[in-house]
Formats: sequence, C-alpha cells, structure tokens
Amino acid sequence: MAFSNEQLERYSRHIILQEVGAKGQKKLMDAKVLIIGAGGLGAPAALYLAAAGVGTIGIADADEVDLSNLQRQVIHSTPDVGKAKVLSAKESMNAINPEVTVNTYQEFVDASNITDLIADYDFIIDGTDNFPAKFLINDACVLSKKPFSHAGIIRFKGQLMTYVPGAGPCYRCVFREPPPPEAVPTCRQAGVIGAIGGIIGSLQAMETVKFIIGKGDLLTGSLLTYDALKMEFRKIKLPKAKNCAVCGESPSILKPFDYEQAVCKL
Amino acid sequence: MKLTVSGNEKEYADGLSVAQLIELEKVETPQYVTVSVNDEFVESGAFAETSLNAGDIVEFLYFMGGGQYGF
Ligand SMILES: [Zn+2]
Repeated sequence: MAFSNEQLERYSRHIILQEVGAKGQKKLMDAKVLIIGAGGLGAPAALYLAAAGVGTIGIADADEVDLSNLQRQVIHSTPDVGKAKVLSAKESMNAINPEVTVNTYQEFVDASNITDLIADYDFIIDGTDNFPAKFLINDACVLSKKPFSHAGIIRFKGQLMTYVPGAGPCYRCVFREPPPPEAVPTCRQAGVIGAIGGIIGSLQAMETVKFIIGKGDLLTGSLLTYDALKMEFRKIKLPKAKNCAVCGESPSILKPFDYEQAVCKL
Repeated sequence: MKLTVSGNEKEYADGLSVAQLIELEKVETPQYVTVSVNDEFVESGAFAETSLNAGDIVEFLYFMGGGQYGF
C-alpha cells in the first residue's frame, strides 16, 4: 500500500527518521495496541500513539470522566465530565488523527474477559491505577505471550518496565503479590502531580513505538524509575525470578485470576 | 566495607545484613520492598540472614501503583 499525499505530510517527521522510514510508518499503521485505563498514564499514551498513526488502538475503562481527573488526564476536556472515558478518549484521538480505528471497551477488565480482550492486540499498555489490575494484566499477558508495558505513578515519582515474552522478567518476578490494601494509606491521602502521568505515559508510548518498529533497546530486564523532585532517572537491572509464580520454572498460576479490589476508587 | 546502595557508593559496617540495611537506609514500607543484591533477588523471608559483602550492589524496588494504595 502506497502512502497518500496527506499521509506523507502527516507522518513526514517519522518517515524522515532513519529508524522509522516508510517501512516503520507502515508497521505503525498495521499495528494494534490495547491501552487498559484511560487515566493519567493512558491519556498521553493514547494521544501520542494516535498521532503516530498506530492503525488500531483499543481503549478499556469502565469509568466516566470526573472533574478531579482533568488535572492530569489530558485526553479529556471539561465538557467531557460525565461522559464515558473511552468515548471521550476516542473523540480526542480521532480529532488528532481520523485515520486511527479506535475500539472502545467500557467495562471493568477482570479475569473473565482479559484473555479475549488482549487476544487481538500486538502490544498492551497497563495504564491502570491499582495493584489487582496490574497483577491481572501481567499474568494474562505472560500466559497469552503478549508483550506489555507496565507503569506506576504516585506523588512525584513514576516507574516503568517492558515485558516481552521469552526476554526477561515479568512484573511478578519483581513484585510477588499485591500489598494488602489495609496496610497502606488510602488514595485520598496520596496524590499525584499531573505531569508525572505525561512523562511516564509518554515513555510507555515510546516503548510501544520502539517495539512496533523493532528499533532500539526496550526496558526488558530493567526498571526505569523517575523522581521528579530530585529530577533523577535511574535504570535498575531486573533479574528474572526462577521461582516466579507465573513465568518461572514451575508456575502455579495457569490462568488469570482476580485479587479483591480495594474499596477506595479514584 | 563499601556497598553501592540505590546507585550510591557508601561505607557500611562489616557483616551488615539486608534487614539491617533496610532499617539503616530508612526504606519506606520496608515490609513490601523488593531487594536485589548483585542482580539477584533476595527472598523477603531471608533479609535477616542474608549478610552483605564488600562491593555488593543493592537495589530497593518499590510498589508504585497509582493513587489507590497511596505509596
Ligand atoms: Zn515472572
């Protein structure tokens, strides 16, 4: 398939890059990426991937846009308050790039639907805000052999890693079990600076693009941490855990399962 | 002995255990931290009995989930 004149112009800054070129742009246009969570991380990731011309983007989120989301979830605007997040996200993505097919899933992602949900996609972005969802996404992606980008943000800090099947540790290698919800402060006591989502979510989009075009080094076997107050990035080497319950030598997790959700919701 | 902890090389007492280092470094939420020494994970049940050696590279890895649990 040849590019139209409009596509050549729209993606000219990509096509001129040696690492992307027409071939890489074509790969982006053929790619299918699923973003779970249209929040602080998912918002910038979705915007950059839509702008980049990723052909199909799935976005899953059960929630509606709340006024308290707008401080960081830049894909939603003030008139979107009360609207389904996936719909608001789709409108913003298609306003940037009408060529992108956006599939919306306005539902809670759980053990009953995650395997089917990820099956159609080449790469998954974890943009969720809670540990049960993060462990679920990890387990489902490991079991279905899907690459994914994990990230977490809190206050002035963020971190991310990339899982590629057969090439390094999974999230559960590093963190065995979600921490018990009663052991830690509730969401109201925490907080997050808006731009942290922009930085870490954009890094997730960058990992996705690199995976699709097959260039550069991914954060497989590494955790990149960012402390905004210290203005410090660190790349920490991550080993694989031989006894990992899902990707180890004798795994005990053979299908995705749900941990109990904490009562506190964002 | 010298250890490199979270990327910083510093002097520590000989024979220090991982558990003692966690206390000394005032690690946040110590019961949920993951520790690696020279790119190998230390099982959390073994923090007290794992002693560190000169030149060891220690990393603390923290849960970061988003707003929900408030780390
Ligand atoms: Zn694993």
